[in-house]
Amino acid sequence: MIRFDDVTFRYASNDLFRLDGVGFTIEEGELCLVIGPTGSGKSTLLGCVNNLVPLFTGGVRTGRITVDDRDTTLLPTRELATTVGYVGQDPLAGFVTDTVEEELAYSMEQLGFPEAEMRRRVEETLDLLGIADLRRRPLRSLSGGQQQRVAIGSVLASSPRVLVLDEPTSALDPIAAEEVLALISRLVRDLGTTVLLAEHRMERVIEFADSVLLVHPDATVRHGPVRDVLRDAPIQPPLVELGLGQGWDPLPLTIREGRRLAALQRRRWQDDPPALPAPPAAGETILRAEGVVVEYPGVVAVRGVDLALREGEVTALMGRNGCGKSSLLWALQGAGRTSAGRVTTARRVSLVPQTASDLLYLASVRAECEAGDVAAGAPGGTTEALLRNLVPTIDLDAHPRDLSEGQKIAVVLAVELVGDPEVVLLDEPTRGLDYAAKAVLGDTIARMAAEGRSVVIATHDVEMAARSCSRVVVMAEGEVVSDGPAREVLASSQLLATQVAKVANPLPLLTVEEYERAAR
Amino acid sequence: MTRRYFLPRPLHPFAWWGYAIALAVTAGATSNPLLLLAIVAVVTLVTIARRGDNPWAKGFKLYLWLGLFVVAFRVAFRVVFGGGDGPTILFTLPEVPLPEFVRGVRLLGPVSLESLLYGLYDGLRLATMIICVGAANSLANPKRLLAALPSALYELGTILVVSFSVFPQLGDSFTRVLRVRRLRRSREARTRRQRLGVVETIIVPVLSDALERSVALAASMEVRGYGRGGVATARERALSSGAGLAGVAVLAVWSYFLLARPGIGPTVLRTNLVELGLLLVGIGLIVLAMRVIGRHVRRTRYRRDRWRVAETLTLVCGLVPAAIVEYVRSYGDPSVLHPSITPLVWPALDPLLLAAVAVAALPAFITPPPALSTAGPALEGLS
Repeated sequence: MIRFDDVTFRYASNDLFRLDGVGFTIEEGELCLVIGPTGSGKSTLLGCVNNLVPLFTGGVRTGRITVDDRDTTLLPTRELATTVGYVGQDPLAGFVTDTVEEELAYSMEQLGFPEAEMRRRVEETLDLLGIADLRRRPLRSLSGGQQQRVAIGSVLASSPRVLVLDEPTSALDPIAAEEVLALISRLVRDLGTTVLLAEHRMERVIEFADSVLLVHPDATVRHGPVRDVLRDAPIQPPLVELGLGQGWDPLPLTIREGRRLAALQRRRWQDDPPALPAPPAAGETILRAEGVVVEYPGVVAVRGVDLALREGEVTALMGRNGCGKSSLLWALQGAGRTSAGRVTTARRVSLVPQTASDLLYLASVRAECEAGDVAAGAPGGTTEALLRNLVPTIDLDAHPRDLSEGQKIAVVLAVELVGDPEVVLLDEPTRGLDYAAKAVLGDTIARMAAEGRSVVIATHDVEMAARSCSRVVVMAEGEVVSDGPAREVLASSQLLATQVAKVANPLPLLTVEEYERAAR
Repeated sequence: MTRRYFLPRPLHPFAWWGYAIALAVTAGATSNPLLLLAIVAVVTLVTIARRGDNPWAKGFKLYLWLGLFVVAFRVAFRVVFGGGDGPTILFTLPEVPLPEFVRGVRLLGPVSLESLLYGLYDGLRLATMIICVGAANSLANPKRLLAALPSALYELGTILVVSFSVFPQLGDSFTRVLRVRRLRRSREARTRRQRLGVVETIIVPVLSDALERSVALAASMEVRGYGRGGVATARERALSSGAGLAGVAVLAVWSYFLLARPGIGPTVLRTNLVELGLLLVGIGLIVLAMRVIGRHVRRTRYRRDRWRVAETLTLVCGLVPAAIVEYVRSYGDPSVLHPSITPLVWPALDPLLLAAVAVAALPAFITPPPALSTAGPALEGLS
């Protein structure tokens, strides 16, 4: 169905190959999962399928790509619209119309479908996606998961033979992501559409995938059966990592397989419970919030939250989108709205907002650093030194907008750290980060905690919370529903348990490391 | 049969616009405050009975306020500058002496009832026309109006729709950036340079956001086949846009002639030949432009609004009052349409005009109600 034949791609201004001698074949009805570290060229590869690369991005592409037995070399993207449906990361950015029904019909209008046919297909698509009750709703009023479902529906309505999805869940919270991924796997089974899916939450789709396409940082790819490719991929779900470490065969892809393979070990632990690492001792309280209420017109975002932050403690703030995490962080920092209650702290509090790039507006990283020094009244070069500490490889002359997500956060963090805050609040810092960048961020957080700062991260990333945080606070509808040591909160929850915790249950082990130590 | 006729559905936008414009023309032909107030009342009734629940529908109140403002402004203008003065002096304000060279302009001074009434009648007429247009805007979703346009104007419609969706997004970016800015320890801007810096910190992120969004949108439209349905050649493009512009210009001149009564040029059968010629040439040019560009369009429309009985009835209900007013103007008693102010005569309505107003109110009852987006229980699936 899709065949790449020795495809190479590079941007005209740069000799570095983004794709180098890429060749693979994807059969009809196959669900192929595309994985690789951020910046490795996953999006470039997916864009090649419908010629968005290089027609939209510019650059030089050689080699041959055939889709549905058609050589696509000379076809513009719009001519491929009947064959290839493409869904990007941010659904809202791609909407052309403003209500659900019209968005579903948009593609078909462009392709000149007859009116009766169009009407029928819109109705069918509404049912297929389970969004019939939203048909007249404005797109902007939908939740993220619903928006992404509409975006998928809008390309499905014209029934393309191939569906290309570029990280469709990266802007969604885990529940919405689940919704979208469940939909995709159902479509593959029911419609037999060929799907090319880039996804960093791969544990959710791995069991449905027929093959994996691994994009290496050196711009080459490897295509093969799921287990073969994952065995030596640089990015693995924790369950696969665990399976490899334990020498399990076949490699477990689902929790069910993992639990079966770990049955013996669990029985052993029942007789002889291993010692669990104790949570690190926290220092004295440096920030206390009492009865914080945040109200917006028509919405109560935070309803009376009491929270105490202690020195050297890393707290994860979790909960679904819109449960009041951000509002609480802003209230704690003091810049946000507080309708009632009180936040008392003698110390400086810093907040890194969700879209860190909003704080970066100067022409180069160096200028940002200098502005940071001036604002904090610190001697020149302080911010730069801090930044070098966080990301040694950063290019100081780069434009901040050109940095990767992880680097942007590092720059904002460095500027904040110059002021020597005792409390650091991070609003969804893991969004858009790959495993390696998350590991770097985890180290940074650990270092800040070791210096005696109190760190709070609002996150959906359970694995990140398990690895970096000592305490977890879960919010729902503006209230704190559970607050305790990470081990207790994460391991006892159905939804927030890590993969390892699900395998090791009832023993509260959270990470692969802990499991391996306990199994020794 | 009647049950089917009254099933909720949105009316064809042209029907509402035709109805409202006809009423606006009716209002333009009279200065009788009773008739004008009756038209406002009728239009308000129809709007409240038949508007949908989209954001535009809620805009009607704004037009009412705008109308009120226009009336108040006209009257206040008469108080300050006078004009059209009569013998009935209500009160006298201290006049501001002005230098010799602005003779003819008066500030304050005696305020006459006639002058105020001129202002009131005139303002009321303008306000009624504004409110009629506002009613059309709330009754017919402007987007459906664009959808009903001939396919040659499709590109224009797309541009409007996209820019409408961009504004709320720009607003979002703006509030987000403003909020985030508070996190930075920004000291008071003292120098001019620093104040400019404040602007830069807001505008740079908002604009780069907007740029990224527009590229994403363009890619999305391309991916979904936008622009597939054939492309016109440069020659055809030039021809169609030239003809279109010329047509619009001719129609503009025509509307000027129409408003500048009495008309200029020869008249045959009570029709001004110059006016008629301009109208025909203008329409012809526009049709030509559309034919040229529309030849290439291979695009279809989802759920196109259809013209049915209710649409015709609505349009007729708008045209009948206009015709009656025209009849009264030509053959009846013109003093009913333009009640005399000097000498002051209390305005009155005659039965014919009352009937006209009653007909204009009919669409509130004889058209199907609008389909509301929130109405009804959750729908069951097809299968």
